[in-house]
Amino acid sequence: MTRLPLIGIFLFMTLPALAMQPEERLNDSGLEARARTISREIRCLVCQNQSIDNSDADLAHDLRRIIRERLTAGDSDAAVKDFLVARYGDFVLLRPPFRLSTIFLWLIPFAILVGGGISFWIMSRRTINPPVSLTREEQLRLEILTKDNS
Amino acid sequence: MRWLYFIPVVIFLGVAGIAGYFLLSGENPQALPSTLIDQTVPPTDLTLLGDTSRLTATSFAAGKITLVNFFASWCLPCRAEHAQLMKLSKQQDVSLTGIAWKDKTEDARSFLQELGNPFGRVALDTSGRTGIDWGVYGVPETFIIDGMGKIRYRHVGPIMPQDIDRIQAVLDKLQP
Repeated sequence: MTRLPLIGIFLFMTLPALAMQPEERLNDSGLEARARTISREIRCLVCQNQSIDNSDADLAHDLRRIIRERLTAGDSDAAVKDFLVARYGDFVLLRPPFRLSTIFLWLIPFAILVGGGISFWIMSRRTINPPVSLTREEQLRLEILTKDNS
Repeated sequence: MRWLYFIPVVIFLGVAGIAGYFLLSGENPQALPSTLIDQTVPPTDLTLLGDTSRLTATSFAAGKITLVNFFASWCLPCRAEHAQLMKLSKQQDVSLTGIAWKDKTEDARSFLQELGNPFGRVALDTSGRTGIDWGVYGVPETFIIDGMGKIRYRHVGPIMPQDIDRIQAVLDKLQP
């Protein structure tokens, strides 16, 4: 029973920390929901492996604010993303667009799947040599051995 | 069919070669290419330190090559690159503009008083919005702008002594 408070403390330590500050939130819940969805798709340029929704970096904070400003001004989701891409390039999008420069990024998983499938098919078609039957002497030895065991 | 056994070795050497190339090339993998290369300077309107006029996009189209350095007094790498900026400021045909990014006016001023001021003019981007318009994602960042007001080069991170040659080459190439 003495462990219970300790377990409780550890459980609370694993709660996710929210990077977003309460004052950033928009009053309009529809706009706020759109802002959150966009934020999850935008890379934090400082951490480079987190979305700005998760990042506590100063720049992520600024970008979250800019997204909300633009949404409030009446921009569409695509227009907000274009605004950020114009400044930071496609890298700012966590889901890279399908372009000539990203063609390998998108197609390699399928290429590996197809390649793996083909080699699996070739391997499974390869016939294994039928087992050679035992010689007379071997047959005899086997009989002796199995007799001893029983 | 013997040669098939060498396929894994060849694949391994290929992957190791590519990884080794990027590891040893000295490129900063976190440095992003600028979307603004060969574009005109984005709309800018900032107060200048100790001056009543303002820094605008047209301030750069004055026929002279400008090196724009985003810095901040709170930024440690900015101190590391300061000696290189002082060196670059000795050149006659290049003017240096400093933009204090997300910095307090007083802090920016005392930073330059302490280390020396390599800049012909210093603008204040207190909110950091202008920096975002330029695609800045951290300080220091340096842009080279030609006489027509077009961004021709971007350097992410501090300009270290080994970077001077590359920057000098860009400046020489832009020289009319």
